[in-house]
Amino acid sequence: MTAQALLSQLVQVALALALAPLLVGWVNQCRAWLSNRSAPPLTLPYRTIRKLFMKDAVVATRASPLFRLTPYVVFGAMCCAAAIVPSLATDLPFGVAADAIALVGLFALARVFIALAAMDIGTAFGTLGARREMFVGFLAEPALLMVLFTASLISGSTSLPSIVDTLAHRELAIYPSLAFAGVAFTMVSLAENARIPVDNPATHLELTMIHEAMLLEYSARHLALIEWASALKLFNYSCIGLALFFPFGIAQGSDDWLAIALAVPVLVAKLAAGGFALALIETASAKMRIFRAPEFLGTAFLLAVLAMLVHLLLGS
Amino acid sequence: MTPSATTLVLAAIVAWLAIGALGIVALRRLRIVSRVLFPAGAAVGAALAVAAFLAIGAPQDAATLPLGLPDLPFHVRVDALSAFFLVLLGAAGAAISWFSSGYFRSSEGTPPGLICFQYHVFLAAMAMVLIADDAYAFMVAWEAMALASYFLVTTEHRIPEIRRAGFLYLLIAHVGAIAILLCFGVMQGGSGDYTFGAMRNATLSPAWASIAFFLALTGFGAKAGLMPLHVWLPEAHPAAPSPVSALMSGVMLKTAIYGLLRVAFDLVHLQLWWWGAITLSVGLVSALFGVIFAAAQTDMKRLLAYSSIENIGIIVAGIGLAILFKAYDKALLAAIAMTAVLYHALNHAFFKSLLFLATGSVLHATKERNLGKLGGLIHRMPWVAWLALVGTLAIAGLPPLNGFVSEWLLLQAFLFTPTLPQSFVNMLVPIAAAALVLAAALAAYVMVKFYGVVFLGQPREPALAYAKDAGKYERGALLALAAGCVLLGVFPGVVIRSLDPVNVLLVGHAAGEAAASWLMLAPFGEDRSSYSPAIVLVVIVAVVLVTIQVVHRYYHGRVRHADPWDCGYPQQTPRMQDTAEGFGQPVRQVFEPVFRLERHLPSPFDLRPQYWVKAGDPWWHWAYLPIARGAEWVARLVGLIQQGRISVYLTYSFVTLLALLFFVR
Repeated sequence: MTAQALLSQLVQVALALALAPLLVGWVNQCRAWLSNRSAPPLTLPYRTIRKLFMKDAVVATRASPLFRLTPYVVFGAMCCAAAIVPSLATDLPFGVAADAIALVGLFALARVFIALAAMDIGTAFGTLGARREMFVGFLAEPALLMVLFTASLISGSTSLPSIVDTLAHRELAIYPSLAFAGVAFTMVSLAENARIPVDNPATHLELTMIHEAMLLEYSARHLALIEWASALKLFNYSCIGLALFFPFGIAQGSDDWLAIALAVPVLVAKLAAGGFALALIETASAKMRIFRAPEFLGTAFLLAVLAMLVHLLLGS
Repeated sequence: MTPSATTLVLAAIVAWLAIGALGIVALRRLRIVSRVLFPAGAAVGAALAVAAFLAIGAPQDAATLPLGLPDLPFHVRVDALSAFFLVLLGAAGAAISWFSSGYFRSSEGTPPGLICFQYHVFLAAMAMVLIADDAYAFMVAWEAMALASYFLVTTEHRIPEIRRAGFLYLLIAHVGAIAILLCFGVMQGGSGDYTFGAMRNATLSPAWASIAFFLALTGFGAKAGLMPLHVWLPEAHPAAPSPVSALMSGVMLKTAIYGLLRVAFDLVHLQLWWWGAITLSVGLVSALFGVIFAAAQTDMKRLLAYSSIENIGIIVAGIGLAILFKAYDKALLAAIAMTAVLYHALNHAFFKSLLFLATGSVLHATKERNLGKLGGLIHRMPWVAWLALVGTLAIAGLPPLNGFVSEWLLLQAFLFTPTLPQSFVNMLVPIAAAALVLAAALAAYVMVKFYGVVFLGQPREPALAYAKDAGKYERGALLALAAGCVLLGVFPGVVIRSLDPVNVLLVGHAAGEAAASWLMLAPFGEDRSSYSPAIVLVVIVAVVLVTIQVVHRYYHGRVRHADPWDCGYPQQTPRMQDTAEGFGQPVRQVFEPVFRLERHLPSPFDLRPQYWVKAGDPWWHWAYLPIARGAEWVARLVGLIQQGRISVYLTYSFVTLLALLFFVR
């Protein structure tokens, strides 16, 4: 581990923190265009976060310290995750401390904390949101892990930098196992990031909410941190998807600053395309009833297992 | 000269028995029992843990005791495997005994001195099981363990349901004991020598070895709570006092795991791959069923009991995987799988004891086991709540705590399976990995339900406002177990290294050298996979602290307190929170075919509308009711010849005599 590697690591996390709200803004803008509305400005998420930081926090009288601690823990977990996912370079000192399985564990940690915080006040909508979030989570988490396992089997490693290194050096071809895994991963990402068709990030109808229902009691800086962490989660998922299925342009090693500098515009371009695709999927589909979600996620899970079996059977 | 390991363990057993005997003397003096005897038992447990820890690396040490029948003395032996499980017993036992000092009070049921006696006999019998070196001593200790725990389960023996639960436990324990006895009978291979040494040297044909293995799987599975022999667990745990539940779930189930490991890897000299495949499947079915049923429970101790079934399932699945690897001579992979098994057994002893003890404190403070009548205890019982949070996160398999480490190791072992020669097994493994991952994800759901409903939210009953936090003994024990969960989670390298002698004994290969430095876990080298919980913990804590600092410095730390907003709806009552039934509803709906649901929905005209739902265990209907009906049918047939008139019985005797004369002639 060199100082340079550490520096590139820090640059990557800082970039993730800075770009994450932009990605959310971009997706919202695309959604607005696609549904013929006039779009909000690209920087709206930044302004929202800043505005929320300025406000006084209102905390329910019967909240426990767990409620106030949770936004920080969720934010911390997402920052750690951002340090593991190779978005710019594959030489990540922190990538050694946590591999793909630990990454899924970090997401689960954030989910469990936020669900517990939602139950802490003891309101009807909070518990409803917690229950639904855990429900979606227990179906989505195995599917995500299976997708990552497929990639691990192909590369013989569960460490994300090694996976990306291996995948980036393969010849350009369509691999059936990765195709299945890609579809499964897209479905999981939609569910995990509270997107249509599983959840609606823009909903204000309480009975259909999942993610938003858990945040009803949060305000000001706590809400700002959670919003930021959600944006980071979307960013992380996008980067995992890009790293697994479009691993081109990610710098190998950390000594070549030019490569890292070049990786930034490539990443931004890939994220822009990915964000547009997300907006397209969201616009083109309708939100499902909550009990259709198991079928949706079950399909994702089976596809991911299929991807693994296809890899083992066909060796590709 | 330092005393040998066996001497030390035997000393601990004798000390526990002596404490138990003193309990009989001070039968109804609660102060002596709780302030002197239980703490002394805890000290013995701690000493045993230290002695056994030192014995893991030491050469094995055997002795013969002049006890038992003439010409049939007890053989005892402490080797790495025994020593590891003795550490588990000593450490968890010490914490639970310390908790018990503050827990047991005078009640309607068994007097405290007698509880003390049964409790310490239970501990001593478990230690004896772990060091027994012949079938005779093993069975004596095994039965003593079953009986002592039966009496502990029925502490509140004036309540009929508790007596029934105890009977069920005793019944299944004995079905298991018969299977174990038969297993030993097969393994001695016709030599008539029942020492384990003779069994190690016996050469069985694969057919007989298979019979021995599956008898052991049945017998020890009955004790461990494998499907379908698990039905006693969810009945016995709610019935037993909480420290006893903790001891049974945290430690006693592990003696069954010990027995299975002892038979499968030490006493039987060969392993066949299909044993591994079947064991893996049984384990995974148990894990999935256990966790799905845990999600539907409304009694907090039943929920934890089902969660124990899940964890035992995971452990047994790991054993299956280790057998599979051993059968194909993949010693390193087998060692990794075995490490995961041992690690998970140790972890489960810590977090499950912690959670059961926490439910004990809740039970004492509120007199309530029903999840639907708890809630909001984090405000009333902060110590118990925050320490239980550690256990909750650990059992949910979240990094950087200990549950995640063993699951990580097990998944690593799964992932590098595709090197096996048999393609059928290679296909099986990804599906098994998928099932394991699903069980682990569901465990998080279950634990959020458990913790959220008990400790968070608003109190669902007015009486909960008077709940008091646990006393200092109880806090100390919970704190120790929670610290164990954290340490086991953060420094897995140290633990795995000390597991090396056990791995060498069982699978002939060490995992520690390859698996870990003190900071980093990397079983196959850092480029293939690595995990460092210490770094993860430090980074998360650092990010959290820095964020708090930055937010407060650059903005402000102002907080206003107000009523909860909840979409502007002011008339919220605590009853509008999710109940345990409500929280489990999605899982019930998704997995409806595996439950036997009974539901009562109120009609619009009900004056007192009621809703209840019972999620029954289908194994009763699939496995037990047919057996019960069969037994009843046989009994009825036998009943036909029972006429109750003396002349008829005399006729029977006469006919029997005639028949005997005919045959013997």
